[in-house]
Amino acid sequence: MPTKQLHTKQQIWDFLREITDPEIPVLNIVEMGIARKVEVEDTGKVLVKITPTYSGCPAMNAIEKLVNEKLKERGVDNFVVKLDFAETWTTDWMTEGAKAKLKDYGIAPPEKNEEEDDFLKSLSKTKVVPCPFCDSFETKLVSQFGSTACKSQYYCNDCEQPFEHFKCI
Amino acid sequence: MTTETKELTKKEAFLSYLLRLADDRLILGQRMSEWCGHGPQLEEDLAMANMALDLIGHATALYEYAAEIEDEGHDEDHFAYFRDDRDFTNLQLCELPKGDFAFTIARQFLFSAFSYFQYERLKEAKDEQFSGMVNKHLKEIKYHLRHSREWVLRLGDGTEESHERIQGAFDEMWMYTGELFYMDEVDELAINENFGVDSSEFKDEWKKLVEDTLIEATLTVPDWDQFMMSGSRKGIHTEHLGHILAQMQFLRRSHPDAEWK
Repeated sequence: MPTKQLHTKQQIWDFLREITDPEIPVLNIVEMGIARKVEVEDTGKVLVKITPTYSGCPAMNAIEKLVNEKLKERGVDNFVVKLDFAETWTTDWMTEGAKAKLKDYGIAPPEKNEEEDDFLKSLSKTKVVPCPFCDSFETKLVSQFGSTACKSQYYCNDCEQPFEHFKCI
Repeated sequence: MTTETKELTKKEAFLSYLLRLADDRLILGQRMSEWCGHGPQLEEDLAMANMALDLIGHATALYEYAAEIEDEGHDEDHFAYFRDDRDFTNLQLCELPKGDFAFTIARQFLFSAFSYFQYERLKEAKDEQFSGMVNKHLKEIKYHLRHSREWVLRLGDGTEESHERIQGAFDEMWMYTGELFYMDEVDELAINENFGVDSSEFKDEWKKLVEDTLIEATLTVPDWDQFMMSGSRKGIHTEHLGHILAQMQFLRRSHPDAEWK
């Protein structure tokens, strides 16, 4: 009896890298840190765990669907996609390569998370975000919230361009 | 004859605890969503829609977990759509109509500040799935607090009209703040079993943040000792809850198997 072709973990990760984030099409879901875990059981059954960036992220269902479609398209028949809401996604999971791609795309990438010793004191401070177009620090925050939950809006006083900043969480 | 008192089990207390948190967020999220397309400026329209999404996302995760704990084959939609007003245990503060922009901001500030202190402690909860959820939501709550606090300052220290409106908003909703710190046997068990927090521990910190912000915004802090509303954690609500539920639950109840295609 012929045994069924099994996929390796590496192959599954490669398939996942072919899926881009529906709201930030320059990044794939692996470099975004959305695809968290791949397991291949002895039976060949594949388990993929994905976690949403924000708890109310409307792109999550679309991403789940894309993963399902991609795995089927790549001939993976036996798989489960699990959404993990318990894990706390952080922008630190984004790869350096992903951050560079974001900047090229015109979105100021998230900076590294610093332990906010005193969040309450930080309430009266504003963070300076450099402009992704001209690298100027003469920027101002327009709104904490942007076109998606994960971005805020800024304006560059030097090159007079509005831009988005991927919020650091 | 003896009167039987039903002992609250740990499971029942945890379920109630999760539902109280979830109900606050669902109802407030639904209220915030009413601003979608009606914000005073595009940026704020987006901000409020985003916060509504966050809050409803938090509620969804909490309801899902509540369904798991309850273990009676329900899902998150059951809690949102198929319970009646007396079953909802959200704070009355969350169900008040959205009012004007100042009213929405004032409420969002009071609630976000409360959530911040509450979640800072809840993230130490002994239940891993719960504390993981709390950790994630806390990051978003910080943005909500930052956003609403800045607007309290801007409106309070803004024009004569904005000052009057936000002062009026705080004055009007002040009697709904007492409930934030209400605790009963559910909380008692939650604290003992390490899945809940003692809100009296952070009451002073919360009050200080509120008072400091109002004073910085040139506003007058209303009287803390005035009459305070109560009852929401036992299902007693203002007239407004019935109306918001009617609107929110109507479609799902008329077409129980309806699905987005």
